[in-house]
Amino acid sequence: MLDVRGLRKIYGGHGREVEALRDLTFTLDPGELVCLVGPSGCGKTTLLKCVAGLLAPTSGEVLLDGSPVTGPRPGMAVVFQEYSRSLFPWMRVRDNVELPLRQKKSLGRQRRHALVEDALEAVGLTASAGAYPWQLSGGMQQRVAIARALAYEPEVLLMDEPFAAVDAQTRAGLEDLVRKLWQERGMTILFVTHDIDEAVYLGQRVLTLSASPTVVQDELKITLPHERDQLESRADARFAELRTHVYAQIRAAGTRPAPTA
Amino acid sequence: MTRIVRRLLYALALPALLASLWWLGSRGSQSIYAPPLSTILSVTDDVWTTDRLTRDVLPSLLRLTGGYTLAALAGIGLGVLIGTYRAVRALTEPVLEFFRAVPPPVLIPVIMLFAGIGDTMKVTVIAAGCVWPILLNTVEGVRAVDGVLAETARSYGITGVSRLRRLVLPAAAPQIFAGLRQALSIGIILMVISEMSAASNGLGFTVVQFQRSFAIPEMWSGILLLGTIGFLLSVVFQAVERRALAWYHGLRASKGSG
Ligand SMILES: Nc1ncnc2c1ncn2[C@@H]1O[C@H](COP(=O)(O)OP(=O)(O)O)[C@@H](O)[C@H]1O
Ligand SMILES: [Mg+2]
Repeated sequence: MLDVRGLRKIYGGHGREVEALRDLTFTLDPGELVCLVGPSGCGKTTLLKCVAGLLAPTSGEVLLDGSPVTGPRPGMAVVFQEYSRSLFPWMRVRDNVELPLRQKKSLGRQRRHALVEDALEAVGLTASAGAYPWQLSGGMQQRVAIARALAYEPEVLLMDEPFAAVDAQTRAGLEDLVRKLWQERGMTILFVTHDIDEAVYLGQRVLTLSASPTVVQDELKITLPHERDQLESRADARFAELRTHVYAQIRAAGTRPAPTA
Repeated sequence: MTRIVRRLLYALALPALLASLWWLGSRGSQSIYAPPLSTILSVTDDVWTTDRLTRDVLPSLLRLTGGYTLAALAGIGLGVLIGTYRAVRALTEPVLEFFRAVPPPVLIPVIMLFAGIGDTMKVTVIAAGCVWPILLNTVEGVRAVDGVLAETARSYGITGVSRLRRLVLPAAAPQIFAGLRQALSIGIILMVISEMSAASNGLGFTVVQFQRSFAIPEMWSGILLLGTIGFLLSVVFQAVERRALAWYHGLRASKGSG
């Protein structure tokens, strides 16, 4: 489904070159939920932008369903970390969710509205459809961004540390929301985070990135039960084992992970 | 209700005080150049008849509207272009800085050479003076479009006209309005000045005529009328701005409180 092959990204210019990504290769199967975890500054955002077609890699390639990604594609949607800067403040929630759909010319008005209503309902924001984003709390704003991505009906959903800036309780709720939506809709999700616990709790698989220069350090299958629960799963002995494994891998790569925000 | 009354009282207090001071201070004044305010007000009705309003005030306002609209269209259009493309910016920046530094009234004699002394000249002068704050503010606003927002738009395939309409213009709107507001005061000044040097009608022309014929109370009443027109235009402008930028004021208020 999603193939990342030999991806390398060097930021150039002004005499100072930064090798953000050295050599990344991994694959996502259709319908998989994969978490990518790595310390801050290791190039997670860079990787996601390359995958989304927002940034041209220096070498290597990204394939979606076998065809190279050279620019943004209708089959992919991105949820950024900075929710307050990724929603259009001059549009109400409903219009924010609808805007990308207007680009899909094949969608009629009615279908568009149905998709918007459906997405808002899925994230529990039907009642806030008429509000402006800045009238909502951080967690709600990020749910608007998720609804916007859902309505777009992507095959692959890319999420870049989407919950790093919300408080712990809201965050737990949002994590469960992502699991729920993934199970209901069967899309492929690549979830980027610097939080090991979050990666282990959410993913079917966890890819660990090394610190810069970045390569895939480790790949781990998460053997927790399919149904996850914030209290039970995290108390599970296997959860502790898995997170210890990931932690050790990150440390082995030479750098400590950033403290959880 | 009481809040509105109180705000109205605050807004009117100082003008009322100043008018009273003028009234009292000028009472019984013998100076022909500074007649009593009562005299000025008493001629106002006779001077500013419907006929004069259509003959002099209306043409002035039409020329202002024409010049201002042209400036807004050109300023926003070029501003978006310059703000969007780095190459265009590099090419035009020095020239813009130069033209901005030229005081607009200096353009009057030059523009007269090409456009004569008719309406075209006046509209051109007003447009030429108003365009700079609009243009420069638009450039700034377009350049300052948030990077995350721009990337979001791109990731959803929002490009071209759609991008301009849904992203660039709304994002730059607060800056554009700041430019439009500056341009409005410049426009009023140029409207008057352009009529003072060469015209056969208009508010500026009328005021100068009164002054030359020593109709001093009439001259003063013209100045008062000009002030009132400027004030009303600014009130209308603020009302429009508050509506168009309601989201922006709300956003700022929400940031301030949280
Ligand atoms: N536009 C850019 N130009 C130059 N260097 C950049 C740019 N964006 C990111 N970097 C650098 O690339 C590295 C990886 O950044 P990033 O992908 O944002 O990491 P992460 O998302 O994992 O925190 C960092 O060292 C960062 O300073
Ligand atoms: Mg990042």
